[in-house]
Amino acid sequence: MELGSYSDQSKSTFSLADEDHTIANAVRFTLNQDPRVTFCGYSIPHPSDNRVNIRVQTTGDSAREVLKDACQDLMQMCQHVRSTFDKSVNDYKMSKTVKDMDIK
Amino acid sequence: MSSDEDESMSEQEEQTKSGKEDNGSVLDYIMSLESVPSKLPPHLELLKTRVLCKIDAPQHTDTIQYSGAYAALGVDNSIRLDNFRQNFKVQVNRLTEDDIEFDMIGIDPALANAFRRILIAEVPTMAIERIYMANNTSVIQDEVLSHRLGLIPIGADPRLFEYPENAGNEKNEKNTIVFKLHVRCERQQPRITVKSNELKWLPNGSELPSEDIKPNSSSKPKTFTSFSCSQDSLPEFSGNPIAPRNLDIILAKLGPGQEIELEAHAVKGIGRTHAKWSPVATAWYRMLPEVVLLKEVEDELAEELKNKCPVGVFDIEDIGKGRKRATVARPRSCTLCRECIRGGKEWEDRVALRRVKDHFIFTVESTGALPPEVLFTEAVKILEEKCERVITELS
Repeated sequence: MELGSYSDQSKSTFSLADEDHTIANAVRFTLNQDPRVTFCGYSIPHPSDNRVNIRVQTTGDSAREVLKDACQDLMQMCQHVRSTFDKSVNDYKMSKTVKDMDIK
Repeated sequence: MSSDEDESMSEQEEQTKSGKEDNGSVLDYIMSLESVPSKLPPHLELLKTRVLCKIDAPQHTDTIQYSGAYAALGVDNSIRLDNFRQNFKVQVNRLTEDDIEFDMIGIDPALANAFRRILIAEVPTMAIERIYMANNTSVIQDEVLSHRLGLIPIGADPRLFEYPENAGNEKNEKNTIVFKLHVRCERQQPRITVKSNELKWLPNGSELPSEDIKPNSSSKPKTFTSFSCSQDSLPEFSGNPIAPRNLDIILAKLGPGQEIELEAHAVKGIGRTHAKWSPVATAWYRMLPEVVLLKEVEDELAEELKNKCPVGVFDIEDIGKGRKRATVARPRSCTLCRECIRGGKEWEDRVALRRVKDHFIFTVESTGALPPEVLFTEAVKILEEKCERVITELS
């Protein structure tokens, strides 16, 4: 859900249901990395509500697009983390089987 | 370009000139210079990348995320994706059936913490959710026994099951695992201990009738589940029957004449709903400790320093002529107890304790439903799905 104005799309608050610090803090990190962002932050209005508000203000671009790009960046970072992790685990398993064979 | 930068460039140019006396290489050097300096001065780099653990409190604990934080210095602070890809590293230190320890280098705590939170609260597992108590004459109350059963890790891959909400809370072979527990301690016999190995898998679903059996009805009585086929006929379970992951968990004790008969239904869920669905015993990370000797510590002082540290971070090396010098041999085992910098200002000046802000020693202890390395990849996938959800909602 987006709360903003039609006349000025460079500032908006996005309200994500069923989310918490996990994604809000990670997205805030990628938003901060974006030079188009002048302000970003998130809040959880009430701890019993499963909802997080993310505020994005930009230098002029549409806040919605900037947030989408931030999510895209985060997703690509995750994909890279996953492939690097899988590779390291496989390398470790390979080296371990070689070592085990040496013992026998 | 500012005049300041011009000046520093010409200085560097002079230095290279005096060093090499070769005009060609100087030109190459100038051409290789970037218009935007990519490195911070060392004192700022230290505050950006390290937490300084001082005697009374840690300093510079925050991470500088804002891309324009060093704009005044002409340094770009944004982590570009290709930059991240170049610098990000994973090094596995230990991998067993139940736990993994690995180093994750070059990542922001915001992401590392997201992975940790997802591991604990959002990676699904199977856990016992409903108990149908047919008989319980033991001393342990129904609700306490039910709670104990709920906490037993089930050795079933949750990826092969669906959430019960997807089937409109109908219990079919795709979302429910049924176990039976029936133990009795006969009279004149010694007391017995009921362990989790007594939980027997019922691949055909519940055996308890859910309504009164009509005396002259020929059809099979309705039970609490509606399985369309037996679970052990499914290719993923034929050959490896479902059972509790640990078979020696004590559930109850029975005295002579006591009996427990019940049926337990396990469903898929996540740790946010209840901790019994958490796939990890725990998942945590710590930043890599860095111990630096700022001055040479020699002879008796070296001996003193070595003895100060309760976890043996320091070692002593001989430097000839009977003299000794302290070295940092095992910085990883440093617990930051700060014992080494206690004992006066002079010790604070000799040893610096730091933590590397983007180097995480990540440990995942699995409860056994999935191997720990799979758990971590599942956690990363869940974060990707979350991003995807936001993107589709915004489009």
